[in-house]
Amino acid sequence: MSAPNFQVEKTEAELIALSCSGDRDAFYCLVQPCERGVFAAAMAILNNSADAEEVVQEAVMKALAALPRFRGEAKFSTWLIQITINEARLKRRKDRRHLYDSIDEQQTDEQGDAFPKDFADWREIPSEALQRKELREALKRALDSLAPKYREVLILRDIQHLSIQETAQVLNISEGNVKTRLLRARFQMRDALAPGFDGSWASGKTEYEKVRPW
Amino acid sequence: MRVIEISCFEVWREISNFIDGEVDAELRARMENHFKECTHCKAILDGTRNVVKLVGDGVEYEMPPGFSSRLQEKIKNK
Repeated sequence: MSAPNFQVEKTEAELIALSCSGDRDAFYCLVQPCERGVFAAAMAILNNSADAEEVVQEAVMKALAALPRFRGEAKFSTWLIQITINEARLKRRKDRRHLYDSIDEQQTDEQGDAFPKDFADWREIPSEALQRKELREALKRALDSLAPKYREVLILRDIQHLSIQETAQVLNISEGNVKTRLLRARFQMRDALAPGFDGSWASGKTEYEKVRPW
Repeated sequence: MRVIEISCFEVWREISNFIDGEVDAELRARMENHFKECTHCKAILDGTRNVVKLVGDGVEYEMPPGFSSRLQEKIKNK
């Protein structure tokens, strides 16, 4: 069920004003374009679609309640993603299974250097190969294998295409931290996907040389 | 123009920023020069770029069926 067409012409500011005066359709018009993005953000942290949906609903209702105080310093979508991520983290904290994940871990600066694990001369995986279910599943598995603080940054930057500044805002970390975590996330994805880079996901000759400098 | 050399370690640290166009002109020149000379780092650059592209194109979270209508209902019923 899509929102009424006449709402499409309204600006974000107009929709916000209407929402504040009780127009629920207008509010859904604001939210609807963000659905995929906030769901992905919640999944980044919770990795469970039932939990992610619950968190998105809570975040959206909180946004509705807080909307009168929204000053428009950020885009509505960025603000909503931020609320969603906070809700997701709250939920994860409550979830006993994740007691070992200290919330403080989120705030620490990245120490040390990032080293790519080896210097395999990988064959490029063409985007056409994404047709293959195995590759899509491998991507998902690789994403799941990342620590949450790396997965969050990767999803916000490389899937949601938020800017570094927006990502820093949403996650409440420094821009420097965003960049360092993104580097590590990308290297870890590269490592996790390595087995298939020998050409098994692309047609053609397999060439997978591991070269170590030491 | 003689470009000052850069170590592989520095290149690895900046490679993600390089891909995103987040390095200043001087550093970019040094890194581009390094990639011409160092096949290992060039391989890492290519591989990392490939990963970024795959992640961008290939990861899609399946929205649970009915997600939108349930959300809309929740908003309407508040």
